[in-house]
Amino acid sequence: MTDPAFALVERAHSIVDDRKLSTVAHWKDNHLGGLAIGHMPIYVPRPLIEAIGCLPVALFGGGDAIDIIRGDSYFQSYICHIPRSTVELALSGDFDALDGVLFPSICDVIRNLGGMWRMLFPKAYTAYVDLPQNFDRDIGGKFYVLEMRRIARELQERGAQPLDPDALRECIALENERRAVIAELDALRRAEPWRVKASEAYLIVRAGGAMETKSHTLLLREFITAVQQRTVRPIDNVRVVLVGSFCEQPPFALIRALEKSGCDIVDDDFQLGMRMIDGPIEIAEGEDPLDALARAYLDKGQETASRYIGDLIKGASLVRRVKECNADGVIFAAASFCDPALLDQPMIEAALTKASVPHTSFKFAENLGQFSVIREQAGAFSDAVKLWGAAS
Amino acid sequence: MSEQVDSHDQKDKSQQTQKRMIGEHFDKLARAKEDGKKVVYTFVPGNVTELLGALDLLPVLPEINALQSGMRKRSAGYIAEAEKAGHSEDVCTYVKCDVGMQKSGNIGPTGTKLPDPDLLLLSYTGCFTFMKWFEILKQEYNCPVVMLHVPYQTEGNITPEMRDYVTSQLERNVIPALEKVAGKKLDRDALAHRMQLSAKAEEDLVAVWESAKHRPSPIDGYFGGVYYVGPIFSSFRGSEDAVTYYRELREEVEQRVREGRGPMTPDGEQKQEKYRLVVEGPPNWTSFHDFWRMFSKEGATVVSSTYTRVGGLYDTGFRHDYRRPIDSLADYCLGCYTNLGLPTRLDLLERYIKDYQADGFLVNSVKSCNSFSVGQLLMLRKLEERTGVPGGFIESDLVDPRYFGKANIENRIQSFLQVLEARRGKGPGDPLPKRSEGKRALTLIDDQKAGGLP
Repeated sequence: MTDPAFALVERAHSIVDDRKLSTVAHWKDNHLGGLAIGHMPIYVPRPLIEAIGCLPVALFGGGDAIDIIRGDSYFQSYICHIPRSTVELALSGDFDALDGVLFPSICDVIRNLGGMWRMLFPKAYTAYVDLPQNFDRDIGGKFYVLEMRRIARELQERGAQPLDPDALRECIALENERRAVIAELDALRRAEPWRVKASEAYLIVRAGGAMETKSHTLLLREFITAVQQRTVRPIDNVRVVLVGSFCEQPPFALIRALEKSGCDIVDDDFQLGMRMIDGPIEIAEGEDPLDALARAYLDKGQETASRYIGDLIKGASLVRRVKECNADGVIFAAASFCDPALLDQPMIEAALTKASVPHTSFKFAENLGQFSVIREQAGAFSDAVKLWGAAS
Repeated sequence: MSEQVDSHDQKDKSQQTQKRMIGEHFDKLARAKEDGKKVVYTFVPGNVTELLGALDLLPVLPEINALQSGMRKRSAGYIAEAEKAGHSEDVCTYVKCDVGMQKSGNIGPTGTKLPDPDLLLLSYTGCFTFMKWFEILKQEYNCPVVMLHVPYQTEGNITPEMRDYVTSQLERNVIPALEKVAGKKLDRDALAHRMQLSAKAEEDLVAVWESAKHRPSPIDGYFGGVYYVGPIFSSFRGSEDAVTYYRELREEVEQRVREGRGPMTPDGEQKQEKYRLVVEGPPNWTSFHDFWRMFSKEGATVVSSTYTRVGGLYDTGFRHDYRRPIDSLADYCLGCYTNLGLPTRLDLLERYIKDYQADGFLVNSVKSCNSFSVGQLLMLRKLEERTGVPGGFIESDLVDPRYFGKANIENRIQSFLQVLEARRGKGPGDPLPKRSEGKRALTLIDDQKAGGLP
């Protein structure tokens, strides 16, 4: 029987692999005067960008599909891979459909990449999005609202529509709808991982990075409906949570390799930006929607390596997630030379060890081509968890 | 940053003063618990030392501990200790050195145990890793942390929104947290007084930097410079001691100018100034004197550097202002070198190359510091285009000796100086050989003609 979700997964895969951004160019053809604004991982306030008539386009580097020729000449060997492929794509003209790029404040590499962008592409719109690390509404919230107003104003000067509170309310509502459907997909993955593979969910969610929210929600819904029509049988794999890959993404084949090694990835942080706000963005009666957007980030932002933890205990939220999704263990997979993730790693491992959660770790680069060692490691981890309930 | 060049026969007065200041500070730290003094760990860029001083709190700077461990050849062991505990080989070695030192008993540079912190003051200025560092230390020490998030100066200017964000945190978060630890209210007059003292010291430090515009330069603005910034970057800004130190230093430097003398080096006074260089990036600390000698023995003097601006950029006009102390602290934090966008950093380097009449500029790219390093290869190209002055590029690390390849670095430096020699008599208008784009950017396409980079 034909897989009812096959065509949807293929469509999502083609969007994810569309490094020349032809879907973005197509959107621009249909929205004359509309701006396409790229953004680096992890998070930017996408509803704001859409509210002023722009298409936010998530950029995740070149993966394993491109040869890096010029990009390498701008970075030392000890820098992670995503800025190399990003520069390579831009210098090759693959980002010509973009009218600007936002660089959120997630690490020194992405921050400085924004500075390089200004020098390499002086005519393009380039902005640093300084996400607050102070989570007091009157301090960090106020600053963040002003940051968002600045970006909206600067984009308006380049042809975007003026920021209209009603348009923002509508975009927040659309974002909430998408967020709810992603949560539904995540719940389905956790309940029946044999029905929805993590690799499929990954493609379906990631494809939304280059789509209007409304269209992405439709794709998500169609996918959920389709997979529910699948005839499946439960598989006794080890249930794992995978963390550490919030920015530079592992090659798709690596995710597949982990699945083939006997692991069901029931939760992950691959596409953290789409899940950054934990739950809906709530707009209080009479509240400026921009304030609500800021408040959601402050109060409901997911814990990740690029966000200050304050008085919380590092790793505690991961331990909770492991319990909530009834996982057997954690795989910590960070990109090589990713300072935030790798500096987090010992703290997270300590929390997992304390909570008796089995865990293993490895590093990757987005262009990694050999997975046998990682597959063996994941397989051994899976066997150990199955046999003894803990990794040896 | 705070050790002295000890191979001279005769120490200058300022050096003796600095040595005394540091000794007294570490004595205070060693006695802190028995004296009932409270200890605050914090970072160099974006430090608010005047606030700590006004509240009688003792600062400890983990970066300084790490670099001193590097100079004392202890860092390799500390890093190994941290890696054994699960810290990745890929990450900042300052962090691992500090963690390893803590796990090895937290013995400071004077051989006595450093007191545990009563508070971690996390100034998030110009370096993302600072945040992770103190998240790690918080788990090690189980003490309170207060965060000061300093926005990044992307456009090279401080907006009212940025300043307001920082001052709000200072007033509502940082000062109350410091007062709680200190057990007393902040005396605003005492703070203002300290800021007046800061400005005096800053004035003299700028005079010291600018003395390098003379020929020969009386100072080395990088290797020597790291000693000069020791007091003002660390625990002494806003103190009478710092004012004394910088007054003495300025007098000594001005005397050297009058006498036409070159800078001091690990092997005594440099007799000949053959090359004037600007350096971007931090030094290597594990082989600091060897690194310095690679320049000094060739007659190369560093007339200006950016590393000596990470703890405060004063030669563009900023001074702490006692009339608006909190705003001024905010502006200080916002203005530290690595908190500036790359185009602004490029402008500053261009200005240094021109103002100090440099023959060349060199980038020391350190593995540990993405804040400095990402973008340096592009900066190298752009600076050459803008100034017509040749650039060199070497790679090392802060405190991990595994990344200091002495022979390789020395070869690169010598080759770079040969390029400068080959260009003697040519003006900035003479085109430089083009750099390859397809290979490593540090490869000149026509190396042979240019005198050859390896």
